[in-house]
Amino acid sequence: MSDPISAMNMARFDGIARIEETGLHGMITLRGDLASKPLKAAATAVAGVAFPGANEANCEDDTGICWMSPDEALVMCPYDTVKAGVAQMQKALARQHVLVVNVSDARAVFQVSGPSAREVMAKLCPVDLSPEAFKPGMFRRTRMAQVAAAFWMVDDQTFRIVCFRSVADYVFSLLRVAAQPGSEVGCF
Amino acid sequence: MLILTCPYCGITADETELAPGGEAHLKRHGPGSGDDEFHSYLFTRENPRGVHFERWRHAYGCGKWFHAARDTMTLEVFGTYKAQTTEPPKEVRAAITARHPGWSWRDFS
Ligand SMILES: [Zn+2]
Repeated sequence: MSDPISAMNMARFDGIARIEETGLHGMITLRGDLASKPLKAAATAVAGVAFPGANEANCEDDTGICWMSPDEALVMCPYDTVKAGVAQMQKALARQHVLVVNVSDARAVFQVSGPSAREVMAKLCPVDLSPEAFKPGMFRRTRMAQVAAAFWMVDDQTFRIVCFRSVADYVFSLLRVAAQPGSEVGCF
Repeated sequence: MLILTCPYCGITADETELAPGGEAHLKRHGPGSGDDEFHSYLFTRENPRGVHFERWRHAYGCGKWFHAARDTMTLEVFGTYKAQTTEPPKEVRAAITARHPGWSWRDFS
């Protein structure tokens, strides 16, 4: 078997913020009634974090849970444990009306970090990214220029972005342009 | 620029994050309906200068369809509400009445 590689093969760019692809991640789409106890238990058992509230993400390193919509969550885990995670959740929820799908190879993940990270993201998304409005722990699905994306903040200067793998090159190019040296706006 | 609050996820969404879905509260006339009803369902739409009810989808966000009541002339938004309803809720109607006493739109007033 050939080894799987991430869409941008860990590409990196240093400008007013550091842009990097963070490689392969295990990602499981979970759809169902997010208020259901068995559903929450199945997700938290795989991710090892508490279930997030609406528009929140509970993520630590490679694991976590992101709130995607009133009936959808994204469970993150290390890439090499995703198949076991899916099997574990499907077994736990066999009698529930849910959908558990491994979407790891359909996604790409980027990190934007540095004092100007908020500016880089704010150039691309119709979202209020001022420090008062968007904080670590929050989760936002939106668009980055022409494509769908979702992100959360790892800390006050670091974003993690999830997008479709098919647009990874486009998203990396967007980020690289938005982080061009000398392109600070200075609004945050 | 139009900004609508999604009633499902609560996000204040910019128009570019939304997909328009046309006129709200249409009754679907299918098999068994008359030609006039079917014609009206397919082609006849309101085109008001003022109060209007529309469907929108939070396409780049949570993905849900919802309703919005707004003014097509001023872009004032009177309220948004969930898709699982066949008529505008009381508080939305009250918000419209506050600005446009005596308003009417199709059978609603
Ligand atoms: Zn929404």
